[in-house]
Amino acid sequence: MTTVTEAVRRNRDMSAGRLWSDSVVMTKRNLLKYPRIPTLLVFSTIQPIMFVLLFTYVFGGAIGGVSGNYVDFLLPGIFAQTAIFGSTQTGVGLAEDMHKGLIERYRSLPMSRSAVLVGRTVSDGVRNFFVVWLMTIVGYLVGFRFHGNILQSLAAMLLAVLFGFAFSWISAFIGMTVNDVETAQVAGFVWVFPLTFASSAFVPVASMPGWLQGLTKANPVTVTVDAVRALVLNTPVTPHIWYSLAWLIGILLVFVPLAVRAYRRAV
Amino acid sequence: MGAIEVEGVSKNFGELCALDNINLDIEPGTVYGLLGPNGAGKTTAVRILTTLLDLDSGRATVAGFDVATQATQLRHVIGLAGQYAAVDEILTGWENIEMVARLYGFNRRESARRGDSLLERFELADARDRQVKTYSGGMRRRLDLAASLVGDPEVLFLDEPTTGLDPRSRFALWDTIEQLVDGGTTLMLTTQYLEEADRLAHRIGVIDHGELIAEGTSDELKGKVGGDVLALEIADASQTAAAAEAVRNVGSEAPRIEGANDVIVPVSTHVGVITDAVRALDAAGIKLTDLAIRRPTLDDVFMTLTGHRAEAEAAADSEPETEPRRKRGGRR
Repeated sequence: MTTVTEAVRRNRDMSAGRLWSDSVVMTKRNLLKYPRIPTLLVFSTIQPIMFVLLFTYVFGGAIGGVSGNYVDFLLPGIFAQTAIFGSTQTGVGLAEDMHKGLIERYRSLPMSRSAVLVGRTVSDGVRNFFVVWLMTIVGYLVGFRFHGNILQSLAAMLLAVLFGFAFSWISAFIGMTVNDVETAQVAGFVWVFPLTFASSAFVPVASMPGWLQGLTKANPVTVTVDAVRALVLNTPVTPHIWYSLAWLIGILLVFVPLAVRAYRRAV
Repeated sequence: MGAIEVEGVSKNFGELCALDNINLDIEPGTVYGLLGPNGAGKTTAVRILTTLLDLDSGRATVAGFDVATQATQLRHVIGLAGQYAAVDEILTGWENIEMVARLYGFNRRESARRGDSLLERFELADARDRQVKTYSGGMRRRLDLAASLVGDPEVLFLDEPTTGLDPRSRFALWDTIEQLVDGGTTLMLTTQYLEEADRLAHRIGVIDHGELIAEGTSDELKGKVGGDVLALEIADASQTAAAAEAVRNVGSEAPRIEGANDVIVPVSTHVGVITDAVRALDAAGIKLTDLAIRRPTLDDVFMTLTGHRAEAEAAADSEPETEPRRKRGGRR
């Protein structure tokens, strides 16, 4: 029974090392689809670029109460909005894998129990980072400028992407729970829309009716956008950054275990 | 020690009893066919044995590992090819195998080697670097089967391996599976095709509504139905009932009607029954398209044991779906 002893031996390394190597395999697999289906990348970048241009030129003149250049105010909001909208793809991708029977295969393999989800959320984070870069370039063409130093600028982009990563785990939980591609698409998006628009992403909170301001100020998107904006505009970054990180960690603490549990039970 | 041992396993989905007190003991190196219509509980059984689903009560081991307490060890020694070819369309054939090998914990070089040798073995070497989305249905199934063998499994589970394949691909896959079994792997196979179980399995378990209703070799099961039958195919379906009436006294028991045109007459002897039947039908003015004496098929077994047929019709009747599945409509 050499295979059995070998299996037992191999079983010992079901640990952090396995989680790492399996997650790398899964991330690579998910990222391969972008060079293989180039149109996918084109279309997942067109929408955020469209938002940059539409908001700048259509709403830019009408939205008041913004000190300074509107595009400088807008772009941090678009960073966060793009990362959050992008995170809804996590659940859709997982639902697709489930639909194709791939999740069933992964679950029958002696691989790490959370690597499939880690691979998916990380690869979506990588894509988000790429898209945020691209938007920065488009932003620069229409007059956007970072006001801080390079570290602040990188931190701004990274915070937006990390926030999207946390939302990816909510999306993963939804995708593993609803069990159907179309439902995952709708269920993943419907709550994200008001969350993003009823925030400080596109307009100053002060311009909203009073009852909405209270909600908007507590919105995790608002605190994150405020933190990203402070890093971009080189204004005081506290306390927004702490609120944002608290939300980020809180979301991960709740939704990572929930998503992994849903994965283990998914059939 | 059996390769698969199942003792009193039950599984409910809410009110629905998907498996009811199942017992199995499968010898190493043999092929076990789990035969039943859609929703009988076949897939539930496979999912429990491959650790995809928890059992409600009872105990089950595969290759000596308990499904509930030693799931990780168990996953090292099994291979599973599910009902639908679980292959990644974006990746090439080789990348699919290599990835599964990496996930079994093999290093890069060994994973690459397994990718090459398995593609060779399943005659996919020519399509090695093509994306799987360009593969035919039969090629996908072969790749899926190859992926299930990456870890050199002691016990292999194939859940309806030929469902949805055209006849030619099905026969080719049967050959492949037979070669595989010659290598000494224990195989559990589920199928709704009686012919498939008959051809591939050493022992067959018949499952219906979550219960194992009969078990044995193909011959033993056929023996349960009794002896040979004279099968008549009537040219005009409206005359089928009249034909059954006409041959009432030809066989050893009353004839039964199966399907629109088929009359089955149990016989105890071959002597004279064909001429008797032909005379009786000719006298009644009934024309035949076919007649033959045959040993009972597994379909007859199913009919006798359950009172309904095993294939297609069973799926369409009003029985509730006991295996909740994701929607996969229109995929093939």
